[in-house]
Amino acid sequence: MSESSMTRPPTAAAHHTSLGVDNRKLGVWTFIGSETMFFATLITTYFVFAPVNRARPDFQDPRKFLDIELTTVLASILLASSLTMVLALSASRRGDRRSFTTWLLATVGLGLAFIGGQVYEFNHLYHEGLTLSSSLFGTTFFVLTGFHGAHVAVGVIWLLSVFFKVRAYPDSPENAMDVEIAGLYWHFVDLVWVAIFVLVYLI
Amino acid sequence: MAIAERTAGTVSIPVVNVRPGWAGWLSTTDHKRIGIMYLVSAFVFFLIGGIEALLMRIQLGVPDNTFLTPDVYNQLFTMHGTTMIFLGLMPLNVGLGNYLVPLMIGARDMAFPRLNALSIWLFIFGGLMLYVSFFVGGAPNVGWFAYAPLTQKQYSPTAGVDYWIIGIGLTGVASIAGALNFIVTILNMRAPGMTLNRMPLFVWMQLVVAFILIFAFPVLTVATIQLLFDRHFGTRFFLPNLGGDVVLWQHLFWFFGHPEVYILILPTMGIISEVLPTFSRKPIFGYAFVAYSGVAIGFLGFLVWAHHMFAVGLGPLANAFFGAASFLVAVPTGVKIFNWLATMWQGSLNLTTAMHYAIGFISMFIIGGISGVTLASPPINVQQTDSYYVVAHMHYVLFGGAIQGIFAGIFYWFPKMTGRMLDERLGKWQFWLMLISFNLTFFPMHLSGNAGMPRRIYTYEADMGWNLWNLISTTGSLLLAVAFLLFLWNVVTSIRRGPIAPADPWDGATLEWAVSSPPPVYNFAVTPRVRSRRPLWDQKYPHLREINSGHGMSGAHNESEKRDGFEHETSPAMEPIHLPSPTYAPLIVSVGIMILGFGIIYLSDFGLIAASAMIVGLLIMAFGILSWVRISHVDSPHHAH
Repeated sequence: MSESSMTRPPTAAAHHTSLGVDNRKLGVWTFIGSETMFFATLITTYFVFAPVNRARPDFQDPRKFLDIELTTVLASILLASSLTMVLALSASRRGDRRSFTTWLLATVGLGLAFIGGQVYEFNHLYHEGLTLSSSLFGTTFFVLTGFHGAHVAVGVIWLLSVFFKVRAYPDSPENAMDVEIAGLYWHFVDLVWVAIFVLVYLI
Repeated sequence: MAIAERTAGTVSIPVVNVRPGWAGWLSTTDHKRIGIMYLVSAFVFFLIGGIEALLMRIQLGVPDNTFLTPDVYNQLFTMHGTTMIFLGLMPLNVGLGNYLVPLMIGARDMAFPRLNALSIWLFIFGGLMLYVSFFVGGAPNVGWFAYAPLTQKQYSPTAGVDYWIIGIGLTGVASIAGALNFIVTILNMRAPGMTLNRMPLFVWMQLVVAFILIFAFPVLTVATIQLLFDRHFGTRFFLPNLGGDVVLWQHLFWFFGHPEVYILILPTMGIISEVLPTFSRKPIFGYAFVAYSGVAIGFLGFLVWAHHMFAVGLGPLANAFFGAASFLVAVPTGVKIFNWLATMWQGSLNLTTAMHYAIGFISMFIIGGISGVTLASPPINVQQTDSYYVVAHMHYVLFGGAIQGIFAGIFYWFPKMTGRMLDERLGKWQFWLMLISFNLTFFPMHLSGNAGMPRRIYTYEADMGWNLWNLISTTGSLLLAVAFLLFLWNVVTSIRRGPIAPADPWDGATLEWAVSSPPPVYNFAVTPRVRSRRPLWDQKYPHLREINSGHGMSGAHNESEKRDGFEHETSPAMEPIHLPSPTYAPLIVSVGIMILGFGIIYLSDFGLIAASAMIVGLLIMAFGILSWVRISHVDSPHHAH
C-alpha cells in the first residue's frame, strides 16, 4: 500500500475512456454477451431433444413432473430480487448506506431463497424418478436448470463480496460501480430464468 | 526518434515495482511481458506439435510401416491438431496482440491487467493438463474435433478425453477472458484522436477476432460440458442408443470450429496489413475495405459451419445454403488479397525477411483459398472429404497462411520486443527453405488425397499408388524441421549478439515505433494525440501528408491539424502515469482452477479423493480472489494518495 502511494499520484483522468463507458461495465456487458450464447446453446439442446424424448419408450412427460406453482413462486422471488437490486444500486448512488445494506441483503436473501427452492425442487423430482440418466428430459432439464442455479449461486457470492467490500471501504468512490456491475450480472441471470420459466415450464 | 524521452522531462515517470528474475514474470501484469510469455509458451507448444507431426510423417513415409502403433498414431494426430490450434496458432496471435495492441492505440496497458495475467496462466495450465494425459493412461485419441460417440466412456475408457475436455476448458476460459480484455481495451483505451477508423488494421482484426471468440467459444464450452456429463454423470446427450444425437455434437462443435478458423487467420491478415504498407513505402490500399471485409468474414464465419458436415446427409436445402454461404466468404477474402496486391503495386518494395513472409503468405493463402472454395461445393466436398486433399487445403491456409503471417509479424516486431535485430540473411534462408519444404510436404497431399488416400490412417499398403507422394511429403517435413531449427538459432544468437535495434528500424507508420525498443514499462511517457491513420509517417514526412492521407479521410484540410501527424497532450495538467502493481493473485487463482479441474476428471472414479482435491482447488481459488480484490482496491487510482 505504501509503495503505491509513493509512486502513483491520484488522477481523475484514469477513468477517462474512449466510449465514455466505464471499462468494467463494458467488460461485464461483453461477458453477458458470451453468457447469452452459453445459455442459448443449453436451451437449444433442450428443444432439440424434447420431441425425441416424447417418442422414446422411457419417455418422461415434463408436464407430469414440473410443478408450475412452485416455480411461479421461484420466478416471483427472482423477479423481486431484481427490484431490490435496483433499489440497492439507487441507494448506493445516493450514498444512503443504511438502505443500501437493507436492499442488497434483501437481494442476497431472495437469491438464497431461490437456490433453496431449486434444491427442494430437484430433491422432489429425484424422488419422483427424474434423474440425469432417467430420460432425455432428465438429462436436458437438470443440466440447463442446474447451470442456471450455479449462476445464481455465483451471483450471491458476487453480491456478498460487494457487500463486504463496501463495508470495509465505505468511502471508496468505486462503490457505486461495484454495485452496478454486480447488478448487471444479477439482472442477466434473472432474465435467463424468465426465458427458462417460459420455455421449459410454461410451454 | 525518442519522442517519449524528448518530453519525458515534464512528467513524473513512475517508479515501477518490477520484481527481479523469475518472480517478476510470475507476478507480472505488464501486457508486454504477458505478450512475450504467450509467444514463448505458444512457440514451445508449437514445436511439440511439430514433433508430433514429424513422427506421423516418419510413420507414413513408406507403406506398411511399423514405426508407430495405431493407438499411438491416433493419439498423435489428436494432440497435433489440438496443440496447433489451441496451444500454438491461437496464443501466438494473442501474444502478438497482447504486446502490440496497447502500443498501437497509444495505451499504457490492457484494460484489465490482472485478468490478462489470469488468461496467460490458465492458458499455460490448460496446455500442461492436456499433456499430462500422456503420462496417465494415454493422450486423447479421438481427433481434435472429438466426434461422438467415439468419445464416450465405452469407446474411450482412458482419461485422455477428460483431459482434453478440461484442458480445452481452461484455455477456453483464458480465451474468453482475453477476448473480453481486447474488446474493452480497443474500444475504450484509445489515445485521443485514435478513432476506430484510424486504428491500425492489426488492431481492427484483433477486435473482430475478440468478438468472434466471445460468441463462438461458449458453444464449445457447453458441448464439452455435455460430453463430460455423458462420460461421468449418466446423461445421454451424445449416446445414440439412448436417444442422444451424435450429429448435435457436430453442429455444436463446428458452430465453434469454423469461426475458430477465422480466429486463427484474421490476426495474421492484420499482420500482413501492417507489414506490406511499411515495406512497400505506401499507405495500405483501401483501408476501409480491408477493415470491413474482416468484419464481414467474422460475421459470415457464423453461417458456414455445416460445410464441415456435407457428408453427414443434412439434405439438399441445408447443403445448398451452407455451400452458398461458404462461397460468399471468398468475396471479402478476395477483396483483402486485391487490396494487398494494390498496396504493393508501384510501391518501392523493401524486400526484408518480414516482407518475404508477407508475400509468401499471400501466395500460399491463395492456393489454400482456392482449394477452400472448391471444397465448399457439396458434391465436390463429398468426393474429397476425409481425404488428404483436405489436409493439404487446411495446411495451405493455416501453415502457408497463418504461420507465414506470424513469421512476418515476428521478424517485423522482434526488434521492438527485444531491442535486437534478427539476422535478416538467416531469416531469408529460413524463408526459402520453409517455402520449398512446405510445398514439398503439403502439395503432394492434394494428389494423394485425390488418389483416394484417407486422413487419419496410420499406414497403407504398397500397391495403393500413394507411395511416391507420401515419401515426398515426409522428406519435405524433415526439411521443414531444419527451417524451424534455423529460426531457433536465429532467435538465440540474435537476442545475445544481434545488432541493437533503434526505436524505428523499418520506418514504420504506427505508434509502437514512436517509443524505444523495447518500450518502457509505461509505454508512453505522455499520451500521444493522433490525427491520422499513419501518425508517425505524417510526422516524419509532413510534405507527403496529403498523399498519405488520401482524400479528407483524416480531416487533413483543417489547418491546425496539418502540422503534425501526432502530437502529445500539452495541457498544463499533465496526466500522471498509473500502472498496476505486480501480483501473484492471478497465478494463485489459476492454480486453484487447475486443481479443481483434476478433481472433476476423477470425481466419478475416485469420489472422496477427487472431491477433496476440488475443495482444495476451490479454497486456493478463493484465497487468490481475495488477494486479487485487495490488490485491485489498493491499486485503484482513487485509493492511492
